[in-house]
Amino acid sequence: MKQLFSLVLCALAGLATAAEFDYGLQAQPVAEGVYAFIGRNEDFSTANGGNIVNTGFIVAPGGIIVIDSGSSLRYGQQMRQAIARVSPRPLALVINTHHHPDHFLGNQAFAGTPLAALPATIDGIASEGNAFAENLYRLTGDWMKGTEVVAPSRALAAGHSEIAGRRLRLIALDGHTGADLAIYDEASGVLFAGDLVFNGRAPTTPHADLAHWLAALDQLEAVTREAGFTALVPGHGAVARDAAPIRQTRAWLLWLRGAMQQAARAGLDMNEVLALPLPAEFAGLPVAASEYRRSVGHLFPAAEQEALGAAQ
Amino acid sequence: MKFPLTIAAIALAALMPPADAAALQDSGDPLASARWGDMQKTVLGGAPVLFDPRVKVIAPSTAENPMQVPVTIDATALPNVQEVLVFADFNPIVQVLRFFPEGSGAYLGFRVKLQQSTPVRAAVRTADGVWHVGGTWVNTVGGGCTAPSAASASKEWQKRLNAVSGRQWSEGPQTGRVRLSIVHPMDTGLVAGTPAFHLEEIEIADAAGQRLMRVQTYEPVAENPVFTLHRGQVSGPVEASGRDNNGNRFKASIAP
Repeated sequence: MKQLFSLVLCALAGLATAAEFDYGLQAQPVAEGVYAFIGRNEDFSTANGGNIVNTGFIVAPGGIIVIDSGSSLRYGQQMRQAIARVSPRPLALVINTHHHPDHFLGNQAFAGTPLAALPATIDGIASEGNAFAENLYRLTGDWMKGTEVVAPSRALAAGHSEIAGRRLRLIALDGHTGADLAIYDEASGVLFAGDLVFNGRAPTTPHADLAHWLAALDQLEAVTREAGFTALVPGHGAVARDAAPIRQTRAWLLWLRGAMQQAARAGLDMNEVLALPLPAEFAGLPVAASEYRRSVGHLFPAAEQEALGAAQ
Repeated sequence: MKFPLTIAAIALAALMPPADAAALQDSGDPLASARWGDMQKTVLGGAPVLFDPRVKVIAPSTAENPMQVPVTIDATALPNVQEVLVFADFNPIVQVLRFFPEGSGAYLGFRVKLQQSTPVRAAVRTADGVWHVGGTWVNTVGGGCTAPSAASASKEWQKRLNAVSGRQWSEGPQTGRVRLSIVHPMDTGLVAGTPAFHLEEIEIADAAGQRLMRVQTYEPVAENPVFTLHRGQVSGPVEASGRDNNGNRFKASIAP
């Protein structure tokens, strides 16, 4: 009897969660006709369903330009509904800034709208997308229900581009991944930086090339110095009106690079590197401890090879 | 059910700090692994076993990358170590490596491939024939043993197969430490179409040819293995040599 009762309880709990699956997406105005959905500064979990990412959209004369589509089919669907509550205009284009799953797994919800990305991003989604999706099923559970990988078919090139009657500057960079697209909307002065910039959250590094990433940050910071610049939408964390998140991301990456080199030269083994304390400057940053541990796995082996004198 | 400690264990416990002595046990796996019984029978041949806190196995409780899980074995608190066997209960290939600290301390750092969450253990045989066992659970998403090596995606490694790089530390907090890496795909044979191809024997010796450590490596050791060991009192260059299961040999000198 007791068992039956707990079975019923479990079933009810399951139903309650299933009824929710609501990301609570609220379009946050960034500038005239420019909006962002701001995710939580957390790791993927069954509680947040993958809503740890920022996405956004621009209401252009010829329709809506969507920038990143979120972490699941449900996210994409709910994003689409949230966009429709802001503007009745048709969807013109969906752009994926890079090939990480929280930025493109909502693509499926935008069937019928052209999907676009840098060529290397399209390749990355096609080759690694399914493995990423599997991982998110594992991390977020039923929030992912029905989600399938849809790779963009339209390749974007760097430079100025007139999209749906809006002049966008497509800035092709790399360093966070092999291809990172930043988008500068010249009419509003809003810079969508993708995951090249994190704000108030430790950056992730599974595909990072730190030298390239640092160079990309310099380019983005130059954009923020332009007269028309008004706002920076990072890939994760709050919208900023200045370059502070760029400087924060740079500081983290420089520290991380130095810490890996120093540890390797000092002769530390990977377990000892994992156990190093975080400097006070970064220890309080959300998910700093877990991202540091991941980054050791991603970045220490190369620093170690260099310190051991291996021919690269 | 708790069995009383054997006479040997009681005698041993008398020589140890009270906290360590309290943790000694010769039955009842502290890691509560369903596979322990099989491990004792098949890996340790049913020999006497003592779970011993002086055998330290350091590994992350959650491993982000199942292809490169760092493991450090430190049994330097045990006297008369003859042999150290490292194994992972739930790996498809259970045995990871075996090392014989001769002139060196009973200490070795390396990285392993894990197929799923598993205890990682070190069984340390002392001169009296007792296996002292320590271990830790590692949680991982897995797939490490049946994922292709990075080398299998490119033929670049062939040019550098068995290339050794290494360094010794002679001052500072890591004095006496030797680290070396060897280019090798360490293919497990569990990936369709890729036969097992891995390092089997590594010897570390001093300049006079006196052996410091012998390591037998098995398939689960991670690709392009990196080892950390303590050379002890020896000074001068350290010689590393060895071969893989296809008979490819290497020999390299690591300058002091």
